[in-house]
Amino acid sequence: MTHCGCIIIGGSHAAAQLAVSLRQEGWQEPITVISDASSLPYQRPPLSKGFLAQKVTADKLLIRPPALYETNQIDFRLQQVVSAVDPVNKQVTLANGECLAYSKLAFCTGARVRRIEICGADAKGIHYLRDLQDVVGLQQALTGSQQIVIVGGGYIGLETAASLRQLGHSVTVIEAAPRLLQRVTAPAVSEYFQRLHEANGVTIVTQKQVAEFVTAESGVVTQVLCTDGSTYPADLVIVGIGVRPNLELAQAAGLECADGIVVDEYARTADPDIVAAGDCAQHPLPYYDQLKRLESVPNAMEQAKVAAATLCGKSKPYQALPWFWSDQYQTKLQIAGLNSGYDKTVIRGDQTTHNFSVWYFHEQRLLAVDCINQPKDFMLAKALISQNKAIDQSQLSDLDFDLKTWL
Amino acid sequence: MPLIKYVDHSGNEFEADVAVGKTVMEGALDNMIDGILAECGGCCSCATCHVYVDDAYLPITGPADGMEKEMLSAVNDPKANSRLSCQIVVTEEMDGLRVEMPESQY
Ligand SMILES: Cc1cc2nc3c(=O)[nH]c(=O)nc-3n(C[C@H](O)[C@H](O)[C@H](O)COP(=O)(O)OP(=O)(O)OC[C@H]3O[C@@H](n4cnc5c(N)ncnc54)[C@H](O)[C@@H]3O)c2cc1C
Ligand code: FES
Repeated sequence: MTHCGCIIIGGSHAAAQLAVSLRQEGWQEPITVISDASSLPYQRPPLSKGFLAQKVTADKLLIRPPALYETNQIDFRLQQVVSAVDPVNKQVTLANGECLAYSKLAFCTGARVRRIEICGADAKGIHYLRDLQDVVGLQQALTGSQQIVIVGGGYIGLETAASLRQLGHSVTVIEAAPRLLQRVTAPAVSEYFQRLHEANGVTIVTQKQVAEFVTAESGVVTQVLCTDGSTYPADLVIVGIGVRPNLELAQAAGLECADGIVVDEYARTADPDIVAAGDCAQHPLPYYDQLKRLESVPNAMEQAKVAAATLCGKSKPYQALPWFWSDQYQTKLQIAGLNSGYDKTVIRGDQTTHNFSVWYFHEQRLLAVDCINQPKDFMLAKALISQNKAIDQSQLSDLDFDLKTWL
Repeated sequence: MPLIKYVDHSGNEFEADVAVGKTVMEGALDNMIDGILAECGGCCSCATCHVYVDDAYLPITGPADGMEKEMLSAVNDPKANSRLSCQIVVTEEMDGLRVEMPESQY
């Protein structure tokens, strides 16, 4: 049996960082990355943004150049799937039957799109957006498409809508909740994005549940039917209703899983030779005292660095403050922290303009800040939250007040 | 290919040949030079790619403006020669460019 040193399962943001960080931390044994993707790790964020809008080319997507992996003896096995993990004998089995031995194992299995389960879900013209192939397939289908419906008004759906509008397509977004981004932002931010998209010619429909994709005899989608009987013509549908973590492999191997593979602040599972990082892992969050699975590139990178240190016998706890961004049209949204559990918001700036920030508090404590074209507020918010600084809420709305005073 | 010199906070210098059209940030990542994190992958959202540009090259790289300038106003220890390295696209004239990296990107 081939001995593969550290085996990394998955080949995206977390895996790429983990492999590189292992070498930086001094890992001497082989590193083998087993990835079901057909290319080396690439950036996902541009897929719904610049890449879809044709402002970023495919060669710009690679996270690291092929030569770097070669020089550092990081061996990629592309288009291979790990089908089983045997933690007792420290082996993994590939779908092609091959068995590989590991000394350490890293789960970087990430997440996959949540599929919609309604009549017509398998019709021709229904698309999802997670992998590069998804976008390439979508781009081919766009030629000649007249009416695009996007199901789901979350970040992926909205970024996709913005990119497609910039290419001149007609776009309708259907969201089941009463407002866009309901799960993740305050009403002021939802309202802003609704206005932004409408001003750019997107039709936004909220509080409507999609019931069926109506198809022609040829099996191609023609209409989206909602539960209230309303219909929207569509020759192309993009579904963006969230993701599910890839946990099955870890579960079958007997590792504890909740919303994600359960790890501690060192990215360790209960098995001393197995770590997990990225979208698949649930971990204790500093600053918030919660167990949480995050879906973001900065989290995947930070956790991968932590995991690599752990595998090399060092201990660097996860310390990063969660943050996120989204680019739509000319608007840059940057989010510092996590707002879950907030009971109050304060708005800094004028929410009817393109420049303001929303500050989320639980009682006196600042939890998170959503910044719309306010990069300076974002930078300061990150520092204020991570340093747990006291904030006088009444001063926030005074734009002449310099936030740096609190640092 | 233009040669870019990256100097860490302790004064260690790393050199990399960076293709024209790549950014100074990519030059560091592609060559495993530590000190530039680039959490947002280069879309001017994170400011974890902050560098100080050697004064001699400032006329070539130009100053920061817009979003980049605002972000830089709130990084640790901003200076007149601060730039976000993902916003500096390498040109032939930048051969020999020396950038210093801050102690920490946070
Ligand atoms: C369109 C889009 C836009 C986004 N925009 C942003 C953004 O602006 N900012 C941000 O922070 N985040 C963004 N994200 C989220 C970000 O891309 C994810 O958080 C990140 O990709 C997580 O990386 P990961 O390596 O943990 O997992 P993933 O990227 O999910 O990668 C895991 C990989 O492992 C593979 N795999 C799983 N099981 C196996 C197996 N058994 N064998 C082999 N391979 C396996 C999976 O198929 C997958 O390719 C975006 C995501 C998408 C799809
Ligand atoms: S890489 Fe994020 S701002 Fe430069």
